[in-house]
Amino acid sequence: MLRFILTRISLVVPTFIGILLLSFMLIRLVPGDPIEVRFGERGIAPERLAQLRAEMGLDQPLYVQFLDYLGHVARGDLGVSISTKNPVLTEFLALFPATVELGLCAMIFAIVFGLPAGVFAAVKRGSVFDHALMSTSLTGFSMPIFWWGLLLILLFSVQLGWTPVSGRLAALYYIEPTTGFMLIDSLLSDEKGAFLSALRHLILPTVVLGTIPLAVVARMTRSSMLEVLNEDYIRTARAKGLSSFRVIGIHGLRNAMIPVVTVIGLQVGSLLGGAILTESIFAWPGVASWLIEAINRRDYPVLQGGVLLVASLVMLVNLAVDVLYGMLNPRIRR
Amino acid sequence: MPALLEIRGLTVEFTTSRGILRAVDRVDMDVAEGEVLGVVGESGSGKSVSMLALMGLLGSNAKLTADRLAFAGTDLLTLTPRQRRKLVGKDVAMIFQEPTTSLNPCFTVGFQIVEALKEHMGGTRKWRRDRAVELLNLVGIPDPGARLNAFPHQLSGGMNQRVMIAMAIACQPRLLIADEPTTALDVTIQAQILELLTRLQRQHNMAMVLITHDMAVVSETAQRVQVMYAGQLVETRSADDLFSRPRHPYTAALLSSLPEHAERRARLATIPGLVPGIGDRPVGCLFSPRCAHANDRCRAERPDLYRDPEGLARCFYPLDDSGRPEGVAA
Ligand SMILES: Nc1ncnc2c1ncn2[C@@H]1O[C@H](COP(=O)(O)OP(=O)(O)OP(=O)(O)O)[C@@H](O)[C@H]1O
Ligand code: SF4
Ligand SMILES: [Mg+2]
Repeated sequence: MLRFILTRISLVVPTFIGILLLSFMLIRLVPGDPIEVRFGERGIAPERLAQLRAEMGLDQPLYVQFLDYLGHVARGDLGVSISTKNPVLTEFLALFPATVELGLCAMIFAIVFGLPAGVFAAVKRGSVFDHALMSTSLTGFSMPIFWWGLLLILLFSVQLGWTPVSGRLAALYYIEPTTGFMLIDSLLSDEKGAFLSALRHLILPTVVLGTIPLAVVARMTRSSMLEVLNEDYIRTARAKGLSSFRVIGIHGLRNAMIPVVTVIGLQVGSLLGGAILTESIFAWPGVASWLIEAINRRDYPVLQGGVLLVASLVMLVNLAVDVLYGMLNPRIRR
Repeated sequence: MPALLEIRGLTVEFTTSRGILRAVDRVDMDVAEGEVLGVVGESGSGKSVSMLALMGLLGSNAKLTADRLAFAGTDLLTLTPRQRRKLVGKDVAMIFQEPTTSLNPCFTVGFQIVEALKEHMGGTRKWRRDRAVELLNLVGIPDPGARLNAFPHQLSGGMNQRVMIAMAIACQPRLLIADEPTTALDVTIQAQILELLTRLQRQHNMAMVLITHDMAVVSETAQRVQVMYAGQLVETRSADDLFSRPRHPYTAALLSSLPEHAERRARLATIPGLVPGIGDRPVGCLFSPRCAHANDRCRAERPDLYRDPEGLARCFYPLDDSGRPEGVAA
């Protein structure tokens, strides 16, 4: 097990270097630098442009800029935003909880509904429920997030008026961020009704972002469970006179979970991709909206730092999932 | 002795993509308290399926019918699933051919033994643990206290089969069904496991149904033998009578395929031809395509089970003491 973890960790280093390089290069491939974009249509005198570029070090060759960037990252300095002049890390930390809250809720939504649905479909294989679940999840899986989000907003927010259209909280409340998670902070505060408002704001984004993972988890659970239910040890468990609940819920699920956990972990990466779209549809004040804004402004430090932080976190989550997989599967554990 | 297990007319049909397969065809079986019954027959003859039916372990594509299916006087056919679970795993236990895949890879062997105890015996956590250690000791696992924390993949096949046996006898069953318990193991281990099973059977006066391909094993352990062929019971009698004077030509063929009784571990598949499959069941006697004594009557009519002084045989022309078919001119 220790060796397994160590091998896994040793892979983190090259991945991290790759992320550094990519986050630095990609934004520079987009035409227009921060200064040109800031002055836009109005244009700027060539001398002034050159002067500003020199101030920001943008006149240096790329490799010099990269080495400079590396040096700062090594000292834990991600630089300051070109547009707000705030440290990138501070801005990130202020916005990140909102993204995490949304992502966690979406994942919990996917697991809470996907896991039991998958198990039930496997146990009732070939039933109406099974067929219905499989076709719905196929639809869910291929649902374009943007379209799906707008559809839900039109129905539940505009037509029925059940949920707010955007944001995290109704404007009449003010919640001092302590944990950064609105659901928790609003519960801790004395503002009556704030929690309910936060909850109502979360529902649609959660559903939109959670739909694809839900479909993936349900399908994976079903197929994994179907395989497990044919195993000899399930027959043994039944031969012991255990209840179906124990046979399926303990002996079956414990084994079926192993591949499902991996799939859930792999979803975290695509979840962040989905979060970018979801946050922009619902004007959710998270990291994703912040990054999109930074692209428009060609805010190099924000983009470099933000992408680096997000990608590193995805990497860490995947590492954690691998370790968890090792712990779930005694055959890997040494 | 009153029958502990009483089966009459047990029939199991599977719905498969190629039609309905009758895997078990009106089989009768009696097992007395403390008796060892050997069940033999080639692969696919319905040995496992009939016992899985008794345990209630058949899948949803199986249809079970029986005139009577009773254990210790309790009619199993009328029990609710919940009532049946009180019996299965406690009074009737079963072990299987593949010990390593029959244990759950994600749980320690201790967990899996304790679970059976918890389900049927209750008791305190400490009592269950002590009992699990005692059971592992009983089945000859060295250092049982430490082995409780082992996962099945950390033990050998023979050790895992010992764990399966410990789990099966945990609640002191009155009947143990052992479905080819040694087939998947090394030859040297096979003998040890059989010895363990017979020792436990005697010590606890537990009845046992021993399914096997191995005639030598049957002759060493069983008091009575049932021979199955293509889902049917074709012969049953005491082991001594069966081995010295088989009445059914199939049994005789099985025995003659044993190379001079001296050589152990002989397999049964040495009779020419195959067990009939789903589409090619003969109209007459199911064994007629492979029977050396088959005549036109055999090919046209199905024989019943006929009673003789020592047992039952499903044949129009059962063999006499000299091994020749009765009532047929030589
Ligand atoms: N779940 C199932 N679905 C369809 N057919 C089945 C199923 N289980 C068993 N059968 C069929 O029933 C027949 C009897 O099988 P069974 O396992 O009882 O044979 P067996 O006598 O135990 O043979 P072996 O010595 O190989 O274990 C076989 O033809 C088998 O293919
Ligand atoms: S009935 Fe005929 S074919 Fe069948 S076993 Fe007896 S002799 Fe052979
Ligand atoms: Mg079998």
